[in-house]
Amino acid sequence: MLAPYPQLVIAAFRRFATYRQAALAGLTTNVVFGLLRAAVLVAVLDQRPVVAGYDVAAAVTFVWLGQGLLTVVLLWGDSELSTRIRTGDVVIDLGRPWDLQAALLATDLGRAGFAVLSRLVPPMVFGALLFPIRWPERPATWVFFAVAALLGVVVSFGVRFLLNASAFWLLDARGVLAVWGVVGGVLSGLVVPLAWFPGWARSALAFTPAPSLFQTPIDVFLERGDPLGALAGQAFWAVLLLAVGRVVLHRGSRRLVVQGG
Amino acid sequence: MADTGTAVHRRIIASRIRSQLAYRTSFALDVVAQLIGQSIELVAILVVFTQVTSLGGFDRNEVVLMYALAATAFGIADLSVGQVEELPNLIRTGELDVLLLRPLGTLAQILSADVALKRLGRVAAGLAALAYALATSGIEWTPVRVLVAVTAPLTGAVIFAAVWVAANTVSFWVVDGREVANSVTYGSNFATSYPITVYGPWLRRILCFAVPGAFVAYFPALALLGRPDPLGFPVALQYASPLVAALAVGGAALVWRTGVRRYQGTGS
Repeated sequence: MLAPYPQLVIAAFRRFATYRQAALAGLTTNVVFGLLRAAVLVAVLDQRPVVAGYDVAAAVTFVWLGQGLLTVVLLWGDSELSTRIRTGDVVIDLGRPWDLQAALLATDLGRAGFAVLSRLVPPMVFGALLFPIRWPERPATWVFFAVAALLGVVVSFGVRFLLNASAFWLLDARGVLAVWGVVGGVLSGLVVPLAWFPGWARSALAFTPAPSLFQTPIDVFLERGDPLGALAGQAFWAVLLLAVGRVVLHRGSRRLVVQGG
Repeated sequence: MADTGTAVHRRIIASRIRSQLAYRTSFALDVVAQLIGQSIELVAILVVFTQVTSLGGFDRNEVVLMYALAATAFGIADLSVGQVEELPNLIRTGELDVLLLRPLGTLAQILSADVALKRLGRVAAGLAALAYALATSGIEWTPVRVLVAVTAPLTGAVIFAAVWVAANTVSFWVVDGREVANSVTYGSNFATSYPITVYGPWLRRILCFAVPGAFVAYFPALALLGRPDPLGFPVALQYASPLVAALAVGGAALVWRTGVRRYQGTGS
């Protein structure tokens, strides 16, 4: 018998694997936006062959990898914990013989695992058929990229966990989650490469976990910069966010008032 | 009969609006999220223009003008017909059957079921950008251009609304059609924010003419700027948006009726 957490990973993988048609429908959106974003970035590179280190191949790889990672890393659509806090169901979760944060992380990893197959691979294949994707030159890059994508999921989970936990105080975390959903994309390097941002914006973003979500895995894949340093940065944010999440969960659950008792 | 219908709708809408103002903090954040959400593409445009001076043959303020026209139009359309996004849920849960039985227009019922006021954020973002763009893109004002500037966001909104209804009608045929519809609605919002010259011929045909997105922002912007079309389309197209909007509504109505007629319910 497996420990509960690996079982949760597998269960979540299976759960999401049930909704194949939904995955297919979601893919349509990724592909449409991939085509549009790629067209815009290619039009930018019509002006100058290389913009901040990005040539056409790097730019289209940035776009398709970003569209593929979107559902793996997951920016929006994760409001389960905040809903359970609002309804009070979180009491049941807290009472179970597990660590709630670890259990949710395990579930998220299982979800992300299925998303790699259903949402990351197909847009990359589609992009590769139509565009000159820049594949890694060094074999080790594939390993680094896998780790970077995994850490991207953990950092994203850490952020989403904190935002959801705000429901302990706000009751309704939808607004907070919505703001993150829209701001997160541009700050984490999903929309435009962060290297194209003005220097002051890049320096400011370096002090946030945002680039760890998309830009870092994509940079690792494109072999831009030192991969080990990039992974260390992501690991730092992952550990910090999970630790803060534990403190917040602890304090939040002390505030919890359950109706009728 | 029609009078009662309108009165009922008015009451339903008023009650929906009051209910949304109940949770003030969350509502305010939701409005802000919509406002920022619509502005994200503007940020992307501005970031791009820190690197280059023209995109698809247009300078920064010209592209911002197109973005602003598209954003305002999309915001108004989203506010008025965005609720049609709920159609897949209504079909899945069988609630649509209830709506069909009531002596009120089905589409009108869906649209008035929830007027999401938070979407005012999108309109606000669009209008702010539009005011900036109209002031800074060096337009030589003539009566005709004033007319274009006023009507373009509205005809654009009608076009988007038609696209929105038609795209969501796909749910009558496809289970889980929402994502597919989203790729058309949000996709055309994105696509129309940029000059259509950046797209390759195929994308241009689909997203600008099959879905008549080019008439939301691109052609009206050319009319405002007094620029010949780099793609060589006739000048008449620059003023054709109202006609295209009317055609789009006709098309959407046809698709909607076909969908409703085909609907058989989800139950046994």
